[in-house]
Amino acid sequence: MSLVVRAPSQTAAPRRRNVKLGRIIVRYVFLIAVLIFAVFPFLWTLAIALTDKTAGGSIYNFPASLFPKAITFHNFADVYRTFSLGKYIWNSVSITGMTIIGTLLVSALAAYPLARFRFPGKGIIFAVIIATLVLPGETTFIVNTLTLKKMGLLGTHLGVVLPTVAAAFGIFLMRQAFLSIPQALLEAARLDGAGELTILTRIMLPLSVPSLAALGIFTLVGTWNAYFWPMLALSGAPDAVPLSVAVLKLKGQFNYDPFNIAAGSIIMMIPVLLVFLAAQKLFMRGMEGAVK
Amino acid sequence: MARSQPLGIKPPKPNAPRARYSLRDTLLSYGFLAPALILLTLFTFYPLAYGSYLGFTEYGGARFAQGLAPKWIGLENFRTLAADPLFLTALGNSVKYLVIVPVLQLASLSVAVLVNKNLPGMAFFRAAYYIPVVTSISLAAVMWDWVYNKEGTLNWALGAVRLIPEGSFFGWLNNEQTAFWAVMLVTFWRGFGYYMVLYLAGLQGIPAELEEAAVLDGANSWKRFWSITVPLMKPTILLCSLLSTIAALRVLEEVLVLTNGGPLNSTYTALMYVYSKAFQGFNFDYGLASAAGLVVAVVALLLSVVNFRLFRESDGGES
Repeated sequence: MSLVVRAPSQTAAPRRRNVKLGRIIVRYVFLIAVLIFAVFPFLWTLAIALTDKTAGGSIYNFPASLFPKAITFHNFADVYRTFSLGKYIWNSVSITGMTIIGTLLVSALAAYPLARFRFPGKGIIFAVIIATLVLPGETTFIVNTLTLKKMGLLGTHLGVVLPTVAAAFGIFLMRQAFLSIPQALLEAARLDGAGELTILTRIMLPLSVPSLAALGIFTLVGTWNAYFWPMLALSGAPDAVPLSVAVLKLKGQFNYDPFNIAAGSIIMMIPVLLVFLAAQKLFMRGMEGAVK
Repeated sequence: MARSQPLGIKPPKPNAPRARYSLRDTLLSYGFLAPALILLTLFTFYPLAYGSYLGFTEYGGARFAQGLAPKWIGLENFRTLAADPLFLTALGNSVKYLVIVPVLQLASLSVAVLVNKNLPGMAFFRAAYYIPVVTSISLAAVMWDWVYNKEGTLNWALGAVRLIPEGSFFGWLNNEQTAFWAVMLVTFWRGFGYYMVLYLAGLQGIPAELEEAAVLDGANSWKRFWSITVPLMKPTILLCSLLSTIAALRVLEEVLVLTNGGPLNSTYTALMYVYSKAFQGFNFDYGLASAAGLVVAVVALLLSVVNFRLFRESDGGES
């Protein structure tokens, strides 16, 4: 009886295994196809950036352009010198640095009472901050340029930074971090006579470092990459633009050198790529999307 | 959606007994909140109110140069928009851009399902798929412009497999038949990793037993995808479709950096119109631009409602 039952299953098992193996192969073929789609433009740009342009040839010389024969870092030095890339790198660093500091400061300050205090109007303020997530922003950039102009900040880094630092994402992220800190710790500090600012800087913030780091990293990547707003706010100050704006401007120049543009692009991409690789898990948690 | 809780977007509990508020706590609270509230008011709420007002005014050009205040003209701007073929083209293109939503969502969900297996290399694929998301739009423009060039990789690859004869190569961004779709592909490229991550978070919530039971019942992966994954992921799909719909309707950056609306306005979108009227050329018109922005906002709102309705109806139909 048992033999009869087992016999067909024994012949079926290897076939099923083959089918399974086939499925896995199909899966990987598909995954690799998507991989090529995702990273190909980046890899090609890297190849162009590393190509020795003195040997002649164009970036459209396939397949040689995809697999450079001689590798050189000359393009990086060349673009840094001829396009005064240092200036734009500094602009990017300045804007990004100010945005990170501003975002962390404003978010942490706002999150503290929302997490820890009872006060009239708390519910309304909550609703107001949530509303910013769904409000239409189609005309915001027009009015903000007018406002900044009136404040005399249009064309300055501070003008780029100010409108972006207060956002629901950061405030809620920090509030959540503060909520998880035991109340007993705060009570003990208050009994010891600590003021609220001391509690915030000595207890809340040190215990929220992971959240602060997460917020800092998201802000860094977002600000470093931002194009439209800095382009608009700095349209009257071409020397103050960040790399993201400068790279496109360089590309728009007549007679531009594609090898140098590629090198400039890679220079701009590297910090973000390093941060992303170091903090992959943070991005893979999908936190950003939750409140966008 | 599943993530909204960890971030704590839940409103605080109403204070159970009506105890009196302490003055000290109230003052401290508003002191701490002040920077955020001032910045939000100045750069988020005021622009919304003032921008809406500008939509009903004449403001810009000579009037602006002379320092005169906006002049109320009622619905005049909207009449101008309705009669402007460029605006109608732009709005049409933005609505046409919605084609990307189902394609992008289906692709992202499928990719998420593919990388959600416990097989070697999955973490690598996930990270690699996310790289376009952390790539600046300006770098995307540099790279894709080369890909789409007349002599670029796309033509070369298609020529190599004989899909395009060697002599008839063309620049994909310079051709009015292809530019729109070429721009959309860049949006797709930058988006699928982003939505994949959101779907991955949702997929963690599907119990493995359900999947295993379906396998034992002989359901193939196609069937499992449509009868288990999709129904159970409905909340995440709704959220992602909503985000994607609004983003598609508001598409601007891709157009600005890749084609600037051309060729022959084939990629000219509604927000491109807003931006262009307000900032490009000498005859800038803040009033008309704001009115156009309001139209886009209203369309976005209507589409969000439709999105919700569609999902609720398909929900009811199944149960």
